[in-house]
Amino acid sequence: MATTATEHAIGRAVPRQRTGLAAMAHDSWVVARRNLRRMLRIPEIVVFGLMQPVMFVLLFSYVMGGAIQIPGTQASQDAYIQFLMAGIFAQTVTFATAGASAGIAEDMTKGLVDRFRSLPMTRSAVLVGRTLADLVQTAFILLVLALVALLVGWRIHEGIWKAFGAFGLLLLLGYAFSWIGALIGLSVRSPEAATSAGLIWLFPLTFVSNAFVPISSMPGWLQPIAYWNPFSATVQACRDLFGNQVGPVDDAWPMQHAVPVSIGWSLVITAVFSWLSVRKYRSAAG
Amino acid sequence: MAPAIQAENLVKTFGDVRALDGVSLDVPEGTVLGLLGPNGAGKTTTVRVLTTLLRPDSGRATVAGLDVLQHPNKVRSLIGLSGQYAAVDEYLTGRENLQMVGELYQMSARDAKARALELLEWFNLAEAADRTAKTYSGGMRRRLDLAAALVVRPPVMFMDEPTTGLDPRNRLALWEVIENLVDQGTTLLLTTQYLEEADRLAHDIAVVDHGRVIARGTADELKATIGGERIELVVHRPDEVAEAVSALAPFAKGAPAVERNTRRITVPVSGGSKVLADVIRELDARSIEIDDIGLRRPTLDDVFLSLTGHATEADENGGNGGNGQQKQARGRHGHGKES
Repeated sequence: MATTATEHAIGRAVPRQRTGLAAMAHDSWVVARRNLRRMLRIPEIVVFGLMQPVMFVLLFSYVMGGAIQIPGTQASQDAYIQFLMAGIFAQTVTFATAGASAGIAEDMTKGLVDRFRSLPMTRSAVLVGRTLADLVQTAFILLVLALVALLVGWRIHEGIWKAFGAFGLLLLLGYAFSWIGALIGLSVRSPEAATSAGLIWLFPLTFVSNAFVPISSMPGWLQPIAYWNPFSATVQACRDLFGNQVGPVDDAWPMQHAVPVSIGWSLVITAVFSWLSVRKYRSAAG
Repeated sequence: MAPAIQAENLVKTFGDVRALDGVSLDVPEGTVLGLLGPNGAGKTTTVRVLTTLLRPDSGRATVAGLDVLQHPNKVRSLIGLSGQYAAVDEYLTGRENLQMVGELYQMSARDAKARALELLEWFNLAEAADRTAKTYSGGMRRRLDLAAALVVRPPVMFMDEPTTGLDPRNRLALWEVIENLVDQGTTLLLTTQYLEEADRLAHDIAVVDHGRVIARGTADELKATIGGERIELVVHRPDEVAEAVSALAPFAKGAPAVERNTRRITVPVSGGSKVLADVIRELDARSIEIDDIGLRRPTLDDVFLSLTGHATEADENGGNGGNGQQKQARGRHGHGKES
């Protein structure tokens, strides 16, 4: 009988009953801890996650810095590094997307997602746990990158609290993008495909923006796209908060209201992509 | 008494492929049902529906009396699943893997820890408990995966090809673990492509092919459906074959099959080893020299072949996610001869 079966199960391992948010927080934490342990045991991931932005800082500032003229300044390596860093920070947090997509795709192919889905746990916890662990990794990479940037001459001019605010915006953007990564990871068939699919669209996204060159230098038809790019809003907001803005801010509305626009974009992306991802996860046919 | 697992008319299509085409089955509490079939027959899809991983297009299923579609989370807390892949995190240690699963079954951290230790000892993994699963052998990973499925002592277990890819020694060891579980009262649904595995472990066998259960019964019942036992003998001298056939005639329950070039005679009989002894005496009385003689009962291989029209390794992959490469095709053992 069903009832005897039930009694048998509860015989020893009494499952604790958690509901709603408490259950979600518990399960997400268990999964996040698992992913953080993995990161510590595969330090290559963090190391390579760091090498790319550090290389960009050095290449952009020393190779191109002398040639790119930021409006209101002379073309120089020092002026460019002030302009550049907000872009590099923002690009670094969005590139963390690839980690989420590859990690989740790997869990799918190795059967771990099936294991999780067969357990009496909150449906969203596998993805929340993953994105939270990615957030910790992103924060660590940002910290190291900021130290490298300080070494090559980058400075903040608006005080430490505004700088923290800027890092907060960057982490929020990174968190939003890791949900895009989660959806990609659930949608592709292999971790290899997830890595490329997680990266490829980031190049146009991060380059058609104010990250590396002033938008005013782009052709007219491209400018509105670049101004409304969620990425540009965060970059502009960081420049404002770090005090790295040289000369007047562009007239475009999103640039004039960069901080709220950045927060708005991140919240919208998080809401939409977490909903899509959790829906996909529930029905994942694996 | 309600069966511990019950499925009625499950249908699931993936695009054009009808992975499940009306699967019905039931597993009484405390028994083992072997779901036997080739790759792509619908075994894995059936397990995925019963373990709440996949919604069927139609049909209904209950596990431990609970509807899997209406109460998936309650069902999940009563089942253990061990899949085709050793679904363990290879960067976590054995202990961490089991603790994580325990905590996700909503055990307290302390209980999860204690249970992990118990399982590591039971599965002979205690020494490797604090090594990452990456360093484990294939057999150890399977054991860890099975241990993870047993964390809450689930009354109902699902094992999807638990021994695929294991060497014979590890396979035997795993069989013993499974038998032990069943002795303790666990209800088990087991899928396998290995006939001897179903023969040894399952009380009942359901043969699936193209998304349908095409035969159901105990191993003996299934064997009986394709006929009884036969005596097979090889005569030493070619010119004595005809004489041997006439010597066998009184014992035969059907027409003998004769292969002249190999001097082999196969004849259906009934009466088991007593008939074999009688036949040997008769041949001896006639001074017919024989090279080889034996009583052959049909194997599940024969059953399978006669039911499906193809051997177990034939059909490649219907619609359970395209994972053919992990399942190793495997030749039939105990090869049936022309008879």
